[in-house]
Amino acid sequence: MADTSTSLLDRNRTIAGPGYNRWLVPPAALAIHLAIGQAYAFSVFNKPLGSLISGDPAKPDALDWTPTQIGITFSIAIVLLGLSAALFGKWLERVGPRKAMLAAALCFGGGFLIGSLGISMHNIWLLYFGYGFVGGIGLGIGYISPVSTLIKWFPDRKGVATGMAIMGFGGGAMIASPLSVALMGQFKGSAPQGVAPTFIVLGIIYFLFMQFGVWTIRVPADDWKPAGYVPNEEHSALITTGNVSADNAIKTPQFWLLWVVLLTNVTAGIGLLETASPLIQDTFSDKAMGAGLGVTAAAAAGFVGLLSLFNLLGRFFWSSASDKLGRKTTYAIYFGLGILLYALVPTLGRNLQLTFYVIAACVIVSMYGGGFATAPAFLSDLFGKYQVGAIHGRLLTAWSTAGVLGPLIVHQLHDHAKEQGLTGAAAYQNVFYTMAGLLVVGLLADLAITAVNEKYQEKGPVTIEAGGH
Amino acid sequence: MNPQAPNPNASESSAGGSAVLAWLFVGLPLAWGVSQTFLKALALFK
Repeated sequence: MADTSTSLLDRNRTIAGPGYNRWLVPPAALAIHLAIGQAYAFSVFNKPLGSLISGDPAKPDALDWTPTQIGITFSIAIVLLGLSAALFGKWLERVGPRKAMLAAALCFGGGFLIGSLGISMHNIWLLYFGYGFVGGIGLGIGYISPVSTLIKWFPDRKGVATGMAIMGFGGGAMIASPLSVALMGQFKGSAPQGVAPTFIVLGIIYFLFMQFGVWTIRVPADDWKPAGYVPNEEHSALITTGNVSADNAIKTPQFWLLWVVLLTNVTAGIGLLETASPLIQDTFSDKAMGAGLGVTAAAAAGFVGLLSLFNLLGRFFWSSASDKLGRKTTYAIYFGLGILLYALVPTLGRNLQLTFYVIAACVIVSMYGGGFATAPAFLSDLFGKYQVGAIHGRLLTAWSTAGVLGPLIVHQLHDHAKEQGLTGAAAYQNVFYTMAGLLVVGLLADLAITAVNEKYQEKGPVTIEAGGH
Repeated sequence: MNPQAPNPNASESSAGGSAVLAWLFVGLPLAWGVSQTFLKALALFK
């Protein structure tokens, strides 16, 4: 078919020529994920947004937004992430990564600008629409935009490649948090808490930073493969040589088993991350450890920072390890080791074993991150690379569900324990035992995953026009 | 050897240089963010 496209954004214009270095693709993907990973740092705005009228977080005005109202902004963004990844996945496969990345940059950057207007007008609905709705669509499209391209460039190291990109999502918050604090400090004199101008600057910075990904990304030619690469060399029953479309993938039990795997792994991880700061302060308080020996608020913030680092490292480490271990085995390790550690943590807390407690939490969070990063490679193994980005998008609805379910379970169980008069480590033990139980469900789902029935595979070669490459 | 033909080594080295620059572009902000988080995490061990 003749190439009649004229736009630089068209998929046909992004096909790499001979000599293109495939190691340019992970930085392009990272440029997108480092930007949208900002979402994990949204809590840095909680106090400033809650004191726009009073100017003092300690003495909020009746007109100030409440923590619940502000928290809804992040929830909308995460729900929209899952929904837009599911809805726009097939469109992404058709138009290619460059157009999708540009759309993500426009939505994500634009979401900040609309959100800034909402803050200036003190209209929370505009903040919800801007950062939550429009920005959330940018999150979803941006998250899946480089995945299938990376898998096509790195069929020999799918876990390494997707691990690098998804590691960026974990790293984005580490950049965004200190950057946002610095910007708010800079603009504090010109606007309430400096938040609205900070949103404008962040929107522009992220839009420009994402352009690096937009204009660097290339897709490989149809017949391209790495030198010396032999497809399915290990002859694993779980690595297909066929291709399943996104519409057919969701008809298979394997998709839904993997959906449960991701749901349980993420829900359990959120259980720890959601409570990390109060958890460690309550468990190792002055009352339990002795006067002056308890974990302070600053040390608890250090604990949260340490967990963020392990979340980031786990994404790359575990996903890369899955190239050698196999995806099913890697998830079995997440769940098997996770069950042991979640069951052990309350005992470590009761015995005031702070060092082992911190080590266990870091390993748990590394496997939480690893669960995200290993999923695209697992999907590619099971369903082929044809529409893996679109299938990944649909799988991310499990993340949205976990984003609602995780905090709900944690708060319900913790509140119930406090009503019963439990304090310290005892107030959290049911949270950890419940999460261990969830991981048992995840382990069973993982063990039940088998090769996809060939009846779901596309017949004959797949084409770009039909949505593949 | 045809002196007019492009040198494949030069092309490879240029592609390698671009990749290094690309990694620096994303790696430097990431390293800054990681270092900031690491410094914050040190408070746990004080």
